[in-house]
Amino acid sequence: MRGTDYVLKRVFFAVATVLVAITVNFVLFRAVPGDAVSALRCRQCTPQFKAYQRSQLGLDRSKLEQYWLYVDNLVHGDMGRSLRTQDPVWSTLWTPLKNTLPMVALGTLFSIVLGVATGVISAWRRGTAVDKVGLWGGLAFYAMPPQWLGLMIVLFVAGALGLPTSGIETPTLGILGDASTWTIVVDRLKHMVLPATALGLVLYGDYTLIVRSAMLETLGEDYVLTARAKGLSNWATVWKHGLRNAMLPVITLVALSLGFIIGGAITIEYVFSYPGIGLEIVEAIDQRDWPIVQGAFLLLAFSVIFFNLVADLLYFKLDPRVTE
Amino acid sequence: MTALEPAVGAPAAPRRPGRLRRLLESPVLTSRQSLAGLVILGIVVLAALTAPLFVHGDVQAKVGPVFAPPSHRFWLGTDGGGADMAKLLLMGARVSLLVGFASAAVSVLIGGTVGILSGFFGGKVDIVLMRITDYVLVLPDIPLMIVVAALFGRSLTNIIVIIGVIYWTSTARLLRAQVKSVRERVYVQRARALGAGNARLIFRHVLPQVTPLLVANTVLFVAYAIFAETFISFLGLGDPSIVSWGRLIQNAFTDDAILNNAWWAIVPPGVAVVVVVVACTMVGQAMEDAFNPRLRSGHLSTRRFRLRPVPAREPR
Repeated sequence: MRGTDYVLKRVFFAVATVLVAITVNFVLFRAVPGDAVSALRCRQCTPQFKAYQRSQLGLDRSKLEQYWLYVDNLVHGDMGRSLRTQDPVWSTLWTPLKNTLPMVALGTLFSIVLGVATGVISAWRRGTAVDKVGLWGGLAFYAMPPQWLGLMIVLFVAGALGLPTSGIETPTLGILGDASTWTIVVDRLKHMVLPATALGLVLYGDYTLIVRSAMLETLGEDYVLTARAKGLSNWATVWKHGLRNAMLPVITLVALSLGFIIGGAITIEYVFSYPGIGLEIVEAIDQRDWPIVQGAFLLLAFSVIFFNLVADLLYFKLDPRVTE
Repeated sequence: MTALEPAVGAPAAPRRPGRLRRLLESPVLTSRQSLAGLVILGIVVLAALTAPLFVHGDVQAKVGPVFAPPSHRFWLGTDGGGADMAKLLLMGARVSLLVGFASAAVSVLIGGTVGILSGFFGGKVDIVLMRITDYVLVLPDIPLMIVVAALFGRSLTNIIVIIGVIYWTSTARLLRAQVKSVRERVYVQRARALGAGNARLIFRHVLPQVTPLLVANTVLFVAYAIFAETFISFLGLGDPSIVSWGRLIQNAFTDDAILNNAWWAIVPPGVAVVVVVVACTMVGQAMEDAFNPRLRSGHLSTRRFRLRPVPAREPR
């Protein structure tokens, strides 16, 4: 069957890309001037410690052996250990990852809802003042560096709203007796709002432009004309006939922009001192703790590949013609 | 395939207007948006080129109080190190634009080569090159860039190369599609039949056809490279001795401009980036629309910076 073929092909591609990501990761970190250990900056990093690290990491063996060792370890779920703390990379990255996910999800959700709404309205009311505002607003947000937008929010918005601008929870929360779960959740949400908004606004610029142009294409199609001729309401024409078809390219593009979403999340977490995977990467880079950087990159690459696969499959679900 | 060939025996087409005339009448120079973009870009480039006439000595030197608000003496106030923000911004334009144009050149060179080879030769070359392109396309670009910059960065040249090397995939895709269609055109076939070699065919017959598209692509990339530079600089991976717009945003952040309520240290570099990115996007899109009307369905292209508003039009 064609469908099965398509699905298998996409899954195969995803698996192959994972291998490519692993290899890129391996090659990059072996090609560093010096080696992974020589640039390490920490207090207990004596020459003896470094020599021990080298033999631990297998850096004294041949490149091929090292590659094999690396892949073998990965297959067994071992991403190595942090050079600074000696904790396994996986457990070091797990907590920040748990912090990042809800923030990124909130921001992405916000941007998709807002982006689709304004994009559709812009396309429907093309050429009007509403469209102009939507278009230029979208273009402006699209052009803003995320970290700068974050700083702008801290500078001009945070004070007025009275929302916290750094960290993930109020440090004094547990001091006056145990806080209830509800209080903690609310406190965390409050800390999440600003970084998520910053990320959401940057993505919003992107999405509203894509949705608008996809909708313009779709609204020019004959079946939309037919729908209107049948006397369907504007609502039904735009949302059911227009948007459903316009969503196809949007899905692909959202999936492809994941690398950008993550990149934006890194700098935004840095601005808001939000202890997520981005801040962890920044700190690890700062101290040249390569196993953490390596692990984080791999984790990000895997998630991007995974979501691209999901997008491919979703696309197939929405438009089975894709196999042709 | 897409070649517009006059049917045999059809009346002769009206003479095409001259090259200059065509350029002057193309949407690049007639659409208001693209014209505005060109003017803005021109002003910024001119300012960057003439900057050494107004700025002497070390721009990062302390010349006034820390975080002095804008005044007669310091138009844009001073930053956390007491340096003149207006001068920093001006000198930053040089580096940001240099990174923008140079990285764009690198990426278009790589992407163009891959795209042309892939589209021209087809077959196995095409399969291999496009596989590689697809893989690189899916890897998360910005994290990859950050990692590579962290490992090899620190000098301006390295950063230019890194940005260029990571962002070539969409150019390759675009060029491949274009070259595939050019290759099949009759005049190329004729040249081949007359015995032209591959090199001659590529440089003499195919390349001139796709050059406008390459130029449009370069302009769009300038915006993206400037954007990418702000990422690298913000994470402290840039050259510490060089001032760029990204670096100024980072300085504002690390020097706690916010605690000092020094908006003048934070707002201008970001606004500069936004203005240049928007200007490049407008010009690049107008160029693409002019040179390749088929690309008007912008959502069919793949990358972030290629997602552009399609000009409004009435439904068919």
